[in-house]
Amino acid sequence: MSKLVENIGEAIRKTGLKDGMTISFHHHMRNGDHVLNMVLEEVAKQGIKDITVNASSIFDVHEPIIDHIKNGVVTGIECNYMGSKVGHAICEGIMEKPVIFRTHGGRPSDMEKGTSHIDVAFIAAPTSDDMGNCTGKIGKSACGSIGYAFADAMNADKVVIVTDNLVPYPLTGASIPEVYADYVVAVDEIGDPKGIVSGTTKITRDPVGLRMAEYAARVIDASGLLKEGVSLQTGAGGATLAAAKFIKEIMLERGIVGSFGMGGITAYMVDMLEAGCFRSLIDVQCFDLDAVRSLRDDPRHMEVSATQYAGVSGKSAAVDSLDVVLLGATQVDVNFNVNVHTDSNGYIMGGSGGHSDTAAGSKLCIIIAPLTRARLPLVVDRALTISTPGKDVDVVVTQRGIAVNTRYGKNKELKEKLIAAHLPVCEIEDLKKKAEELSGVPASLPLSDRVVAKVLYRDGTEIDTIKAVK
Amino acid sequence: MRRSMLFIPGNTPNLLMNGDILGADAVILDLEDAVSPAEKDSARILVRNILKNLRYQGCEIIVRINPVDTDFWQKDLDEIIPLKPDLIMPPKSSSGDYVRTVSDYIGKLEEKCGFEKNTVKLIPLIETALGVENAYDIASACDRVAAIFLGAEDLTADLRCVRTKESREILYARQRLVTAARAAEVDVYDTPFTDVDDLEGLVKDAETAKSMGFTGKASISPRHVDGINTVFSPTEKEIAYAHEVMETIERAKKEGKGVVALRGKMIDAPIVNRAKRVLEMEKAIFGGED
Repeated sequence: MSKLVENIGEAIRKTGLKDGMTISFHHHMRNGDHVLNMVLEEVAKQGIKDITVNASSIFDVHEPIIDHIKNGVVTGIECNYMGSKVGHAICEGIMEKPVIFRTHGGRPSDMEKGTSHIDVAFIAAPTSDDMGNCTGKIGKSACGSIGYAFADAMNADKVVIVTDNLVPYPLTGASIPEVYADYVVAVDEIGDPKGIVSGTTKITRDPVGLRMAEYAARVIDASGLLKEGVSLQTGAGGATLAAAKFIKEIMLERGIVGSFGMGGITAYMVDMLEAGCFRSLIDVQCFDLDAVRSLRDDPRHMEVSATQYAGVSGKSAAVDSLDVVLLGATQVDVNFNVNVHTDSNGYIMGGSGGHSDTAAGSKLCIIIAPLTRARLPLVVDRALTISTPGKDVDVVVTQRGIAVNTRYGKNKELKEKLIAAHLPVCEIEDLKKKAEELSGVPASLPLSDRVVAKVLYRDGTEIDTIKAVK
Repeated sequence: MRRSMLFIPGNTPNLLMNGDILGADAVILDLEDAVSPAEKDSARILVRNILKNLRYQGCEIIVRINPVDTDFWQKDLDEIIPLKPDLIMPPKSSSGDYVRTVSDYIGKLEEKCGFEKNTVKLIPLIETALGVENAYDIASACDRVAAIFLGAEDLTADLRCVRTKESREILYARQRLVTAARAAEVDVYDTPFTDVDDLEGLVKDAETAKSMGFTGKASISPRHVDGINTVFSPTEKEIAYAHEVMETIERAKKEGKGVVALRGKMIDAPIVNRAKRVLEMEKAIFGGED
């Protein structure tokens, strides 16, 4: 027996894909992904219409989806993150049905709970055998973890594995086993390696970013959480990654060994594992080649599903054991609500990803962001889009002051500890005032009443909507 | 207290907006070498607006103007002096007359603005062979001079020698400037260490400068600020000793003793003065009661 089919077209026909169905994709190929575009091109060719695309993320490389929307092939999008190219088109109102934004934990949980149904999942796999045992750890398009695809494989009615490295059966050490696969397709390329993972993630040299990173590390230290067994998640960019450098220095100096580092794993987290700062890494997604290598070669580096990482449908998730998470923001409001969905002009340029999952699960959620960005203040009266609710945010670190969230009856002790550590603690309103002194109060945006996207919290409830830009 | 002085190019808005959060005791907003002739106007306007609209907290403001033999220096001062920077840095300072030319012009502007005389101080940058030879003349040129500053990059070009990390080629200039500054009772600052990535080399270079008597050191990179501050801050041991000296003096006063010794060593005026300086720095760095 073999599940191998000739090409994507044949796989689509065999799955019985029809008008009105939902197809799903993962985003481990990131901005190098070819699979989503290849599948939609074939769907269009076969004359299938009214398709909902449920992808864990939509990147700029997926720009061709705009034409499929205009042609009626795609009529719905559900995702956890959307890059600015497609986001821009959505905000101009090209699609009638609002985009559904979930979180990295909410997406698999909604599939498992049955509130989000997938008819056919197309899973890009850097290596697979002809029965669908597959992995992201090896192959020319290796992306490391394929944690976001587990739920798709387990919950979709039909599952198609798309690979560019077909190996003889059985592939040992597969991440997703054959039991879930219906069909396997071999193609020339599932992605462009340059867009899948970056070479090495570099730490910022921006002095303002470094100052914020240093403050964030000192906040963690002063909080008392930086001790034996500490667990940490940082983002992949800018100041949050730089904060890891300062934390690493403290941990090595004091001989602290943490329990786990988590995330989107970067070379820097791998470096911390190898330097003895952590006992393990929990990896739902690899950001660079060092992370891919480590996941493949180091048994302490563990691949997990999105459900295990951040879901709410399991009996527990790793975020529930997380001590500290460092996150970014495009806007924070005076109630500590964070926007990571829309830019200063109201256009979609991101999404929650694991932002609100980790904020909710962690003991200490630190937002790091410059007080002003491109002449706009970080702190506003009301975030244009609420991605992560203020109740889950503990501290906002800027280069000009640190605000502790003592609303909701929490963090009073933390605030005292930060003051005692001579950190520049101030009120969130002070940050807003300081930012406005520098950049002025921005004019309100010309948004229409038409809803182009709904933002769902990790439990599936709607926490905000995104309106079309006029 | 001025241990570190950080250069910020006058044409970098993001850095200028954040000048006071980079940890330096003083920032030097640069209108000279960092700015090309075509950008002199815009940098001057940008620096002026930053001084007008931002209140830098916990850090002194120095503005490096253009040299006296250019068309820019007076325009620089016309725009900057009304905003009351702490100090002006005239580059290529070669003599007492050179410094007095700048000082006199500042004096006129101060009068026009209704400022008290000598509100804005001077920190002449000495970076030519002639300047080094005239160091005392420069340091004592007028009451406005608060410090002098050695610039080794231009100096070594003038000396026709190669600038090295070991800095043997500027040994004489360093000693000459420290001696001149101390004779004139002003502060003295060392040249920046130019390898941005060599933090170990920076600390070594700063330690050399401190051991020679420099008050502090300039930097062209925010990454060097913490290293400079650490080197030029008193050590815990020095602070503890300074407290001990002052307590011993107090005790002796109460007991009516004239001459006192600490650990077998007589405490004389230089030791007391040094202890006072250390305690002043302790207060400036860590805060404390008056």
